[in-house]
Amino acid sequence: MDTLDNRYVIQARNLGIYYGDFKAVTDVNMDIERNKITAIIGPSGCGKSTLLRAFNRMNELVPGARAEGQVFFDGEDLYAKGVDPVEVRHRIGMVFQKPNPFPKSIYENIAWGARIHGFRGNMDKLVEHSLRQAALWDEVKDILHRSGLALSGGQQQRLCIARAIAVQPEVILMDEPASALDPIATLKIEELMQDLKKDYTIVIVTHNMQQAARVSDYTAMMMLVNDGSRAGTVIEFGETTKIFTRPSDKRTEDYVTGRFG
Amino acid sequence: MTKKYNGEASGYPLREEGLRKRPRAGEILIQSILFFAGFFSIFTTLGIVYELGKEALLFFRTPEVKLWDFLTGTAWQPHINQFGILPLVTSTFITSAIAMTIAIPLGLAAAVYLSEYATEKVRKTLKPILEILAGIPTIVYGYFALMFVTPLLRSIFGRDVVEIYNMASGGLVMGILILPLVASMSEDALNAVPLALREAAYGLGATKLEVALKVVFPAALSGIAAAIIVGVSRAIGETMIVAVAVGAGPNFTFNPFRGAETMTGHIVRMSGGDLSYDSIDYNSIFAIGLMLFFITLTLNIISQRIVQRFREVYE
Repeated sequence: MDTLDNRYVIQARNLGIYYGDFKAVTDVNMDIERNKITAIIGPSGCGKSTLLRAFNRMNELVPGARAEGQVFFDGEDLYAKGVDPVEVRHRIGMVFQKPNPFPKSIYENIAWGARIHGFRGNMDKLVEHSLRQAALWDEVKDILHRSGLALSGGQQQRLCIARAIAVQPEVILMDEPASALDPIATLKIEELMQDLKKDYTIVIVTHNMQQAARVSDYTAMMMLVNDGSRAGTVIEFGETTKIFTRPSDKRTEDYVTGRFG
Repeated sequence: MTKKYNGEASGYPLREEGLRKRPRAGEILIQSILFFAGFFSIFTTLGIVYELGKEALLFFRTPEVKLWDFLTGTAWQPHINQFGILPLVTSTFITSAIAMTIAIPLGLAAAVYLSEYATEKVRKTLKPILEILAGIPTIVYGYFALMFVTPLLRSIFGRDVVEIYNMASGGLVMGILILPLVASMSEDALNAVPLALREAAYGLGATKLEVALKVVFPAALSGIAAAIIVGVSRAIGETMIVAVAVGAGPNFTFNPFRGAETMTGHIVRMSGGDLSYDSIDYNSIFAIGLMLFFITLTLNIISQRIVQRFREVYE
């Protein structure tokens, strides 16, 4: 493809997403830079999560969902024929809005993903490393065999991040990862994201604009298109500082300044 | 002070003074009805246990009967006062084991298919059909065993190997009877596992099979175990199929191709005959009933313990 550039890990081209006959997202073009945090913001129901889930083909778990256009991952179209969605999700991991650890021990939560991908190394070390990367090790090192569900909400979410890291993805998609957490747990997740950026590319959906401003390098502003179709699209995409201080679209300005009706 | 409402709000009744508790007759009535419903089922169970125990006690009080011989004897011949329950117990276990080797794997496979693989449309069509199977009268299954499965077994294994009345045929058909029960209950349990857990696994790059077997199945284990327990209890308690197809005489054998009589089969044959009330034979069937009760109770307790140990609580 013409825009192949190692700077970008994910590149969406004319991406549209349908649920049955309903077009939820239309005409998205955006390049996601490697080892940066890209935030997707916008009002409720504008397709932020749908767009995020298109980046690792999670949408197709919903019956009737389909995508048009292309999403290039390291230059390879995720939606081309013959691409295995299982392999896609292995490379592009996901953290969900509500912490969803497996009802297994903390240790097993991490080891599970490694095992299904044929990990043959030292599992104890992998578990420790992943939990350290997720800034959770010190809190759980003595209770590794306790259920993951016994942890607090913030700890559970970091466990989910550790679990995602353990299978060594290149990109981590986060769908409002802190919206169910209190401010202190949220802060920890945000700090963690800054650490993870060294090794991973992060795309985060958030409806918290301050959060987007605090954590992200780039911001994509989504909004419903103005033709009555109720499809959402990216209306402005650029460096976070620019989006929040000198937006070029009036709608972005209204939204980030809180004037949006 | 009572408050009057004006305009649109005038449809409300006058607001009473104070925050005192108001009498709510409907609440009390509903609560009593619900309590009575719960009490009724417990009371019935207790009543059954009492009646079984009372009649069984008469049996064990008879001088000809010794508890030890009852539990360990290998011959059940009431007319010569031999009351060893083992032949009835072993045939009950053999037919039930045959039934469960059919019902558990096929039932669970069907459940996993319906819950994890089938599209919504297929599921909504197949599940009711499966449940119709469970609604066929068991006497029909009994004759299906006798007239179809037995001849089939005899043509496969030989007429001198398979008796006309045999445990294998009854057990197999009982398995078919129980299969939809196990499948339907397990499917409910699998379906109740939150979507979030499936998404977590898919998000790690798991295949459909890995999600189904390594995440959803373990999370649904307690419900699946309950389905299996209900299935086993059903097999042990099943009467008509075994009465028709398995045999009409106690027989202490472990050969599934031979005829025998299960505990339920024996009870139904004896109570259909001309037993005199209060005779030792009559009382013996209550002892068998009590034994059945203890077996299913024990199975329930054991399996609950097992489930407690392995279950994954997902909420």
